[in-house]
Amino acid sequence: MAETAIPAPTSDVRLETMVERLRRRARLVLALRLAVLVFLVGGWELGVRVGLIDPFFFGQPSGIVTKLIDWFQNGTSIGPLWKQIWVTIYEAGAGFLIGAVMGILCGIALGRNQLLSDVFSIYIKVANSIPRVVLGSIFIVALGLGAASKIALAVVMVFFVVFANAFQGVREADKNLIANARILGASDWQMTRAVVIPSALSWILASLHVSFGFALVGAIVGEFLGAREGMGLLIATAQGSFDSNGVFAAMIVIAVVALIAEWLLTMIEDRLLTWRPETTVNE
Amino acid sequence: MDAITPSAIELKHVARRFITPTGEILSALEDFDLRIAPGEFFAIVGPTGCGKSTTLGLIAGLAKPQAGEVTLFDAPVDGVDRRVGFVFQQDAVFPWRNVLGNVMAGPLFRGVPKARAEEMARDWINRVGLKGFEDHHPHQLSGGMRKRVALAQTFINNPQVLLMDEPFSSLDVQTRELMQEELLQLWALAKSAVLFVTHDLDEAILLADRVAVLTTRPARVKSVHTIDLPRPRNVATLRYDEKFIAIARKISDDLREEVLRARAGH
Repeated sequence: MAETAIPAPTSDVRLETMVERLRRRARLVLALRLAVLVFLVGGWELGVRVGLIDPFFFGQPSGIVTKLIDWFQNGTSIGPLWKQIWVTIYEAGAGFLIGAVMGILCGIALGRNQLLSDVFSIYIKVANSIPRVVLGSIFIVALGLGAASKIALAVVMVFFVVFANAFQGVREADKNLIANARILGASDWQMTRAVVIPSALSWILASLHVSFGFALVGAIVGEFLGAREGMGLLIATAQGSFDSNGVFAAMIVIAVVALIAEWLLTMIEDRLLTWRPETTVNE
Repeated sequence: MDAITPSAIELKHVARRFITPTGEILSALEDFDLRIAPGEFFAIVGPTGCGKSTTLGLIAGLAKPQAGEVTLFDAPVDGVDRRVGFVFQQDAVFPWRNVLGNVMAGPLFRGVPKARAEEMARDWINRVGLKGFEDHHPHQLSGGMRKRVALAQTFINNPQVLLMDEPFSSLDVQTRELMQEELLQLWALAKSAVLFVTHDLDEAILLADRVAVLTTRPARVKSVHTIDLPRPRNVATLRYDEKFIAIARKISDDLREEVLRARAGH
């Protein structure tokens, strides 16, 4: 017992130094990140002050901050800021939901049915090769200046990404697992629920990450093309009045929205994929 | 054997052919005959890629033969049969379900009420020695433990015909020995007919009542050897038994011939 008692504390000490080293590294990374931010934003501001950068074209950090404060306190030229943010979130969110559900359903249906996939795959390939933002013009003409046209554009932006992933995920389902489920007695529907959907889920969730960004693009481009409210219109208005600070300020607001959505999706993903082995994160 | 005695599995003049991407026809099985009695433990050994797994797929109803007849208890196989159990070479347990969910999958698929299925599953988890691991997911288990899950998942359906496709080939030697021992115990209680495919001749002799050697592709049964070693068998010590060694030597000569032919021909 006395012999085993001696090495224990030393290994504890070693563990402690390791934890300490990891902590120190994390602090270093954080400090360097802050340094990069300060360098870039500070350089930008300094460049404007010294006269190297023309704030009329490229804006100015302090000007952007002032603009944001002004928007939050006094509202924008086209109405309260919250209203614009909400409209864009609503359009992107609705488009995202509709597009994702349609994409998942179609992907699973075509993935499970060889005939359907043989017939439709060619059309989907063609539709996928069209740059989908140009459909925005058609949607504005057909559906008007309201939210419907932006939602429609977000739907087509999202649908193909999610569809392609759901389809691929279904196709990649492990042949052994499928054979095993069949022998254990699964019907077609039980197979879809117990094997196909769970194995496609990680593909689908990965595509949802990307496609919320696409939904935002769809909503904002739609608002560029013609709208009465929304962040896209806010940017278009700022552009029209040569207000580069306004464009940057709107960009920051949109970035924050996108990051919050990303964070929410990651939470949902972690909840749904608890069975996965922990992957080591290299930060 | 004559046709009057009942058979659990029978293949008569079975052929299974594939079309390769280049358009050639590849024969996996040709004029294949096999007959396994109810409750018999039958092992198949043969060179790799000779069509052993193909045979199992035909019996399980996962594929159809191009010629000949496959029967289970003297009725032709038409699709997946409820009396069949299958243990795969690779892990085929569902990675997104925990041990309990995996073991109760079969009864749930077959319409057993949930409470009853869970009760059965807990019993089988105990029997394969996984008590306390009910909530673990497969990736948290060792290879041997995952095999135990697969065995429980299969045996819970009470299969009368058990097909095993090199089930222990991915395990280390010690774990494999344990699993062989456990399989023999489970089989002694379940009394199902077993068709055990392996490339390990020792394993085949240790476990089986009869061992068939297959020819190279297209596979046919080259010879069938009766293993008259007494049961219950001790997997750990039996392989040093003189009788075991004599049998192994005899079958091994048979097998080597085919392996050499496979190497020369393909």
